[in-house]
Amino acid sequence: MLNPFSLEGKTVLITGASSGIGRGIAVECSKMGANVVITGRNKQRLNETYLSLNGNNHIQIIADLSNNDDLNSLVEQCPQLDGFVSNAGIPKLMIVKFIQKESLEEIMGINTIAPILLTSALIKRKKVIKGGSIVFISSISGVNISTLGESSYSASKGAIHGFVKGAAIDLASQKIRVNSINPGLIQTDILKLAGEMFSEEQINDKLKQYPLKRIGQPEDVAYATIYLLSDAASWVTGTSIVIDGGFTLA
Amino acid sequence: MDVNEFVKHFAEQFDETPEELFKPTTLFKELEEWGSLTALSIIAMVDEELDIRITGADIRNSNSIEDLFLLTQAK
Ligand SMILES: NC(=O)c1ccc[n+]([C@@H]2O[C@H](COP(=O)([O-])OP(=O)(O)OC[C@H]3O[C@@H](n4cnc5c(N)ncnc54)[C@H](OP(=O)(O)O)[C@@H]3O)[C@@H](O)[C@H]2O)c1
Repeated sequence: MLNPFSLEGKTVLITGASSGIGRGIAVECSKMGANVVITGRNKQRLNETYLSLNGNNHIQIIADLSNNDDLNSLVEQCPQLDGFVSNAGIPKLMIVKFIQKESLEEIMGINTIAPILLTSALIKRKKVIKGGSIVFISSISGVNISTLGESSYSASKGAIHGFVKGAAIDLASQKIRVNSINPGLIQTDILKLAGEMFSEEQINDKLKQYPLKRIGQPEDVAYATIYLLSDAASWVTGTSIVIDGGFTLA
Repeated sequence: MDVNEFVKHFAEQFDETPEELFKPTTLFKELEEWGSLTALSIIAMVDEELDIRITGADIRNSNSIEDLFLLTQAK
């Protein structure tokens, strides 16, 4: 049966696949038939993802994307790709008056500069085939909303939102589509940071502001990613999908 | 850093509260200006001035400014 959402036979690179959303995307893509190339920094956790993949035509590559040599070697090792999911990212809470150059450079480096450079290098080396699809995991933060202490994180994600539009135009001649997903709160290790700062009560209060009354799961983001990677989305480019349980409505 | 210097840095994080209200014994959560923003400021101030990382829980476990100071000394 023809399934326009299938990823059968497609090869997809996923960054930040050693944890959270990236791991969810890798596993779900493999279940939809994709061969995945997964990358991250932590060897053990990346291997845990590798072991939970469906099927066996998969590759894992260790790389720190804030390091140029690692980034270039990742590109070299990549096979031809039908899809690329730029998901690796870090949170950082910094109120405006305590923003330091070093911390700002760190967050912009990982959330903004590395994803842009990696995209550029993959295109330059002709690693993304004609008709391919690129998906950025951005955030509602910086695109739709922001919250206390998130100005730098928002800036790093808002920049990606702009890049997606420009890249979609540049790459349209090769029929490569570029889109992003803006998730709300998703249950991953990133929330440990929130747990350090806020009490359980404060976090529960936040969750009450989600009309669908639950926190998101990595799969919620993975299913939207699968759509954007699949042929079902072949006329979709330069856009973003909010996946937030209705949070930005409330 | 001694407790008085800590109190001074603590006070600097507030924009509306008069400085003379800040003493080692001040119950800071009772200040009108206390809230998420000032809490994040205190965490960042301790990081910048003392190079010590405190958490929201440390703040929740302190009542007076001195309590928080002693907590940083124990880290
Ligand atoms: N969770 C949320 O609520 C939420 C909401 C909106 C958007 N997002 C975005 O979703 C993405 C994934 O977040 P998550 O919640 O899944 O976080 P996570 O569980 O902390 O995972 C982050 C991933 O990024 C990788 N990474 C970080 N720095 C890297 C670097 N320098 N080089 C290579 N890889 C690096 C990590 O690799 P190692 O662990 O191997 O170091 C890890 O695989 C991020 O871009 C985040 O901003 C998350």
